Amino acid sequence: MKRGKGMKFVGDSRVTADKKKFIPKDYSEFPGRTEAFWPNYLLKEWLVGAVFIIGFLCLTIAHPAPLEKMADPTDTSYLPLPDWYFLFLYQLLKYKFASAQFFVLGAIVIPGLAFGGLLLAPFLDRGKERRPHKRPIATGLMILSFIAVFWLTYEASAHVDWEEKAENNKPELPDDQPTVEIDESDPGYALYEENSCINCHGGDLTGGGAAPGLIGMEHGVDEIKDIAVNGVGQMPADQFQGTEEELQQLADFIVSVNEQAAEEE
Amino acid sequence: MLQKIYDWIDDRVDITPLWRDIADHEVPEHVNPAHHFSAFVYCFGGLTFFVTVIQILSGMFLTMYYVPDIENAWRSVYYLQTEVAHGQIVRGMHHWGASVVIVMLFLHTLRVFFQGAYKKPRELNWMVGVLLFFVMLALGLTGYLLPWDNKAYFATVVTLEIAEGVPVIGEMTKTLLNGDPSIVGAQTLARFFAIHVFFLPAALFVLMGIHFIMIRKQGISGPL
Repeated sequence: MKRGKGMKFVGDSRVTADKKKFIPKDYSEFPGRTEAFWPNYLLKEWLVGAVFIIGFLCLTIAHPAPLEKMADPTDTSYLPLPDWYFLFLYQLLKYKFASAQFFVLGAIVIPGLAFGGLLLAPFLDRGKERRPHKRPIATGLMILSFIAVFWLTYEASAHVDWEEKAENNKPELPDDQPTVEIDESDPGYALYEENSCINCHGGDLTGGGAAPGLIGMEHGVDEIKDIAVNGVGQMPADQFQGTEEELQQLADFIVSVNEQAAEEE
Repeated sequence: MLQKIYDWIDDRVDITPLWRDIADHEVPEHVNPAHHFSAFVYCFGGLTFFVTVIQILSGMFLTMYYVPDIENAWRSVYYLQTEVAHGQIVRGMHHWGASVVIVMLFLHTLRVFFQGAYKKPRELNWMVGVLLFFVMLALGLTGYLLPWDNKAYFATVVTLEIAEGVPVIGEMTKTLLNGDPSIVGAQTLARFFAIHVFFLPAALFVLMGIHFIMIRKQGISGPL
């Protein structure tokens, strides 16, 4: 016996007693011109790889990876779809003969037969012949499966309005601040606008680059009045130019927005 | 200098046979597109490997920013997409690479199938290849959830429902993947992350190693 259990070794398992090794068929036995893998052929492979990666990078730059809205389990209108290479399975499970009481058929038996057949192909197609037209059953089944997968994928994707789906699911950074509907008819809001508070703290009181938001503060009416006149931190003094009565109105307005926000939370 | 370093190592661990196994062999004419353009079909396997390497590298860089947690997963991806230099390109490579690798695998499988290259003595390598295909599909499936956007969440809910429908082992499989019999949430994301980043790549590397060793051992199948 040359290999396996009956194999004898000298010293350790790296050196066999009889020096016969498993030697694959020499490529010089193939007809035609062979070429050294290193470095000649590898250089050509390298060039093909370089062209390929340029194309690939163009694709990634032209089409940035999509990102939809942050997952929202309460979004009942969302149409769930798997990645394209699972669409054929998804579509199969939509048909009557493969869903509900036939679910096992659609989810396990049909894919199981297909993938099991693929896995065991060498044992199902045992003939010596290698040319596709000399083994019509194997070739025919593969072509049929290919058409079926292609068709199912097409059927699954053709009825989806991909553009609309992407449009409705644009990524938005979730808003952490409570949003409050601001009563713009409030006299306080007019003062807020007039005294240029709005320029830094924003029309919806959520702040901006230079100033913090005014919602969720812990200041009371008197403190707000003081800040509006004397400033605080980076905010300069004398921002407020109105009367004492107007100052009261402004502070009341800001506090009322805060109360409203606290209620909604 | 390089030769001296090589000789020094070779004196001690005898790396020449290893080198010969990896690189010192001839490429037969029938697989060489320089001689027959139609031999480009033999490139698909190599391109699959190439894209797999892209996936591994880009994935490694993605984990530098990604946070596998339901509060922060989406935000970390959004941050990567909008703020990090070249983040969009790295994520784009990983996203599109996932599709391209499936296409290449599919073409490679079709080439081997239609040429009957899986016949004796290459039956085992064909089966390892089909297992690699399954691992790659599973990588796609688990990677899909990780950005934690609507698409990810709802596709995973559907996947888990299908897993649940399998008789006898369905419930257990779902709980194993999901981390909970019913809630798709923090546990699910953590598990899919672990499967995508540790379990499946480990299986992928082992199978790829076997695949390549067998190719070198058996050589490329002859011309039709």
